[in-house]
Amino acid sequence: MRTIQYNQIVEVVERLCIECAHELPADVLTALEAAVRSERNARARRILEQLVRNAGIARDDRIPLCQDTGLAIVFIDQGAGVAVAAPDDRPAATLYDAVNEGVAFGYEKGLLRKSVVAEPLRERLNTRTNAPAIIHHRVVPGDRLSISLMTKGGGCENKSQFKMFNPTETTDAVCDWITEVVRQAGASACPPFVVGIGLGGDFELSCLLSKRALLRAMADSHPDDFYADTERRLLEQINALNLGPQGLGGDTTALAVKIETAPCHIASLPVAVNIECHSHRHKSALL
Amino acid sequence: MQLQTPLTDSAVRALRAGDEVAISGTVYAARDMAHQRLCALLDRREPLPLDLHGAVIYFVGPTPAAPGRAIGSAGPTTSSRMDAFSPKLLAAGLKGMIGKGYRNEMVREALRTYGAVHLAAIGGAGALLSKHIVASEVVAYEDLGAEAIRRLVLKDFPAVVAYDVYGNSIYEMRSAE
Repeated sequence: MRTIQYNQIVEVVERLCIECAHELPADVLTALEAAVRSERNARARRILEQLVRNAGIARDDRIPLCQDTGLAIVFIDQGAGVAVAAPDDRPAATLYDAVNEGVAFGYEKGLLRKSVVAEPLRERLNTRTNAPAIIHHRVVPGDRLSISLMTKGGGCENKSQFKMFNPTETTDAVCDWITEVVRQAGASACPPFVVGIGLGGDFELSCLLSKRALLRAMADSHPDDFYADTERRLLEQINALNLGPQGLGGDTTALAVKIETAPCHIASLPVAVNIECHSHRHKSALL
Repeated sequence: MQLQTPLTDSAVRALRAGDEVAISGTVYAARDMAHQRLCALLDRREPLPLDLHGAVIYFVGPTPAAPGRAIGSAGPTTSSRMDAFSPKLLAAGLKGMIGKGYRNEMVREALRTYGAVHLAAIGGAGALLSKHIVASEVVAYEDLGAEAIRRLVLKDFPAVVAYDVYGNSIYEMRSAE
């Protein structure tokens, strides 16, 4: 069994938090630059140019891309042949503790905004560390440990939606509902969006798939031709809304649509739509 | 178009939805929790920690400032979350707000009634917008951290008039463009 030291995880997560806040992924920046060239609405083009400039300032001057440096969502794929060694003085500490420690250090050292409250309804006191992270953990073959961090803002997450369709529902009806969810997200959620879609599974799995879909590269498409076509068709349908950057009109309402699927019950067709803003921040590390 | 704060009646009435403005002068940073507290004070007829007459509130919770800088990343947050509170503040003298996205009918009615304006700044451009904020100090509710009320000094801060005093909305004009 291969082992990884606890502190190595802490350090990697800390670094990923700071990188996420300041460096827009290259493929997202490329998508914004392509939109500047393809956009026909003059105001929309100016806004897209400012988003490209914003990314440059964030990188060069080390100012976070967005003041909402997000909730830390951490996707871990742990090889069956790799274990995390707890620190000598804390034998009970786990991988999850290491992730939360890394988030706390990263948000403190990186001068990032701490946007997490300890409980949702009674007092909503800020935890002042940006921990805990949301952790999604899978066991996979091999002896490596992969960590993907997504820092997601509240404005776009608030506009995400879920709906249970009848299993006999048409693709048209599902696509129309997804497009309507994007229209309702509107100006508040910072378009142009990346739209993550989870189809199938059950109530919670479809929602998780819709977020996992956002980890895919901007330029790729679904390996299954039917779903790849559905991604393209949805992107066209969404960009015909004339919502545009900041909701002020234009051709660029979404930069990409990503679908992930899972087997589901004969009675169910769960559909989840995760709205992600143009500041689509995620970074990965392989240990 | 240059826009100097605090806002006068005539300055507000000169603005039309769709106008692009460069804002200079003092504004107050406040978001959800600060709005809730301000409205609670107004309900109890207690004094506010800021002078609302002619004031502009910017819906923002910035990141901490790096050494030598006035402020960290500082773009607008979603305006509609303040819809429940804004009419009360407009009745108390507030003249302008800066945020992102739509306002509801109650807020639009209050803008017409009290002669005020709502401006949209670019959401997700917090690094770029921070270059137009030259000073920042906490004036109330320090316990709220990023959500504290701050006095900010803006210099040519770019925004667009989203809702004017005449009931027009930029979001309803987009199909005409």
